[in-house]
Amino acid sequence: MNNLFTKTLVVAALAAATTFAAAPAFAQAKSPSELTNVSYDIARELYSGINKAFVGYWKDKTGQTVTVAQSHAGSSAQARKVLEGFQADTATLNQVTDIEMLVKGGLVQAGWQSKYPNNASPFYSLPAFLVRAGNPKNIKDWDDLIRADVKTVLPNPKTAGNARYTYLAAYAYALSKNNNDQAKAQDFARKFFANVAVFDTGARGSTTSFAERDIGDVLLTFEAEVFSVRREYGDTKFQVVIPPQSLLAEFPVAIIDKVADAKGSRELADGYLKFLWTPQGQEIGAQNFHRVRDPQVAEKYKAQYPAVKLVTVEDVFGGWDRVAKEHFADGGILDQVFVKR
Amino acid sequence: MNKKSTGRCLLIGLSVVMTLVFLVVPLAVIFTSAFGKGVGHYIATLQEPDTQHAIWLTMLTAVIVVPINLLFGIAAAWAITKFSFPGKRLLIALIEVPFSVSPIIAGVVYIMLYGARGLLGPALASVGIQLMFTVTAIVLVMLFVTSPFVARELIPLMQAQGTDEEETAVSLGASGWQTFRRVTLPNIKWALLYGVLLCNARAMGEFGAVSVVSGAVRGQTNTLPLHIDLLYHDYNTAGAFAAATILTLLALITLVAKAFVEWRFPGGRKAQSAH
Repeated sequence: MNNLFTKTLVVAALAAATTFAAAPAFAQAKSPSELTNVSYDIARELYSGINKAFVGYWKDKTGQTVTVAQSHAGSSAQARKVLEGFQADTATLNQVTDIEMLVKGGLVQAGWQSKYPNNASPFYSLPAFLVRAGNPKNIKDWDDLIRADVKTVLPNPKTAGNARYTYLAAYAYALSKNNNDQAKAQDFARKFFANVAVFDTGARGSTTSFAERDIGDVLLTFEAEVFSVRREYGDTKFQVVIPPQSLLAEFPVAIIDKVADAKGSRELADGYLKFLWTPQGQEIGAQNFHRVRDPQVAEKYKAQYPAVKLVTVEDVFGGWDRVAKEHFADGGILDQVFVKR
Repeated sequence: MNKKSTGRCLLIGLSVVMTLVFLVVPLAVIFTSAFGKGVGHYIATLQEPDTQHAIWLTMLTAVIVVPINLLFGIAAAWAITKFSFPGKRLLIALIEVPFSVSPIIAGVVYIMLYGARGLLGPALASVGIQLMFTVTAIVLVMLFVTSPFVARELIPLMQAQGTDEEETAVSLGASGWQTFRRVTLPNIKWALLYGVLLCNARAMGEFGAVSVVSGAVRGQTNTLPLHIDLLYHDYNTAGAFAAATILTLLALITLVAKAFVEWRFPGGRKAQSAH
């Protein structure tokens, strides 16, 4: 029996040694020509396309072979991770406030929005609806979302920028419908949250809840996501509904200065973000159903973007600073309508 | 049929049905879903560099964590059962903390300690040490979560065995190491192996704590459980299940090894404690 025990130990040791021997093959991944990009949850396909194209583009431009690592989760969860020390060179998030958090944490320099065109936002989208095929609950507009017989699915607005846009879009709609009456808008928001069937932490979790687990009557997420869900699952299961009015959702990008300077990756990071505005980068955005800035690419893909009236955070809410203070701060309007729903 | 045998049939039937519904069917689903898009897609998923890296990383972390916890478990059980000292009960309670604490809390606590804004993080960063969101972080939380397994298996057994044999050995002139090597270790080896297997199974399967501290970058800090979650949310259900079959196979191998231990030494743990 002693023998058997010894043999077992020897086998275990051999297994261990083999595993370690295999290590160098992967250890090479961390070379200085590597870039890490943190991004929001539903941008997985977008940035995996961008990264592949960028590697070729950068090789042609500079002769350097690079790899781009990607990380995706709820936008605010990602910002938080970077604050806690996650070593990302660039942030491509879905909300200005999330990058502002990095500015407050000393990781991104102030004035980042003026470093790239379009307020440093290469793509944009808007909150939209995805309903089950045939639209059995006849959901057409924001009003339908507070009906007693409708169950909605969206991520947690505390962790996902996506859901905060949806919340603001619903709020903006309620304001415009009620002549800017704040009390009525808050009442609308409260009813809106009362109808939510499940809150996931990231938008992709919500998508799987709705599409795979068959929860709820309507998924509320970016237009970019509703179209790609329909592409993944085919036209027969789901139907896209774009409400007549929605909110402009910009997807801001920035170099994480502190990390890029420490790693010496600023040039690469800058090249990566600039690539997003090239016709090639814009085309990949459009192929992933993001609305794009480049007029020619936008023209080419205009059939996939239904007409919609877009209001902005600046016009309706007086800018992100005010929204952050009035709506998203602890004890703000979101807390009041969300927690006491 | 009399009452007794009806009851027996009911009990047996119930446990068979439960086993089928809660264990066998899910296992079958894993494998059928994995091949849902065909064998080609299954093989393609497993050949993906990111998936292979996840498999490799999971094994690497287990290979680091298990030996450390093996040593820790033996040392802790040895100290607790062979010596008496003040605070012994407290030590036993402390060893069991990872069992009662939710893994996600373990993850968050490590962030609070070693993160860039944590208690020790800034000091570590100033000397160029980055712990969180690296493989080191994964190893650290796995160590925490799996630390009780070996000790928990050993302590009751070694308590039952008492210290008589060791005392005899020492009185006959054996050194501490000789006593451990020739008296204690042979007595505990099967329980030890059992603890190691459990520890290994948990280390490879850990999701909650690892997901908090890993950063989950594909090809870098993505363990197999995290990778399965990632593939699932990539709309790649078949791929997620394909990766899940690997994790399941690893678990099944562990189970077979465990059954082998029990078979090779029938009632071994009981017989040992009867010493």
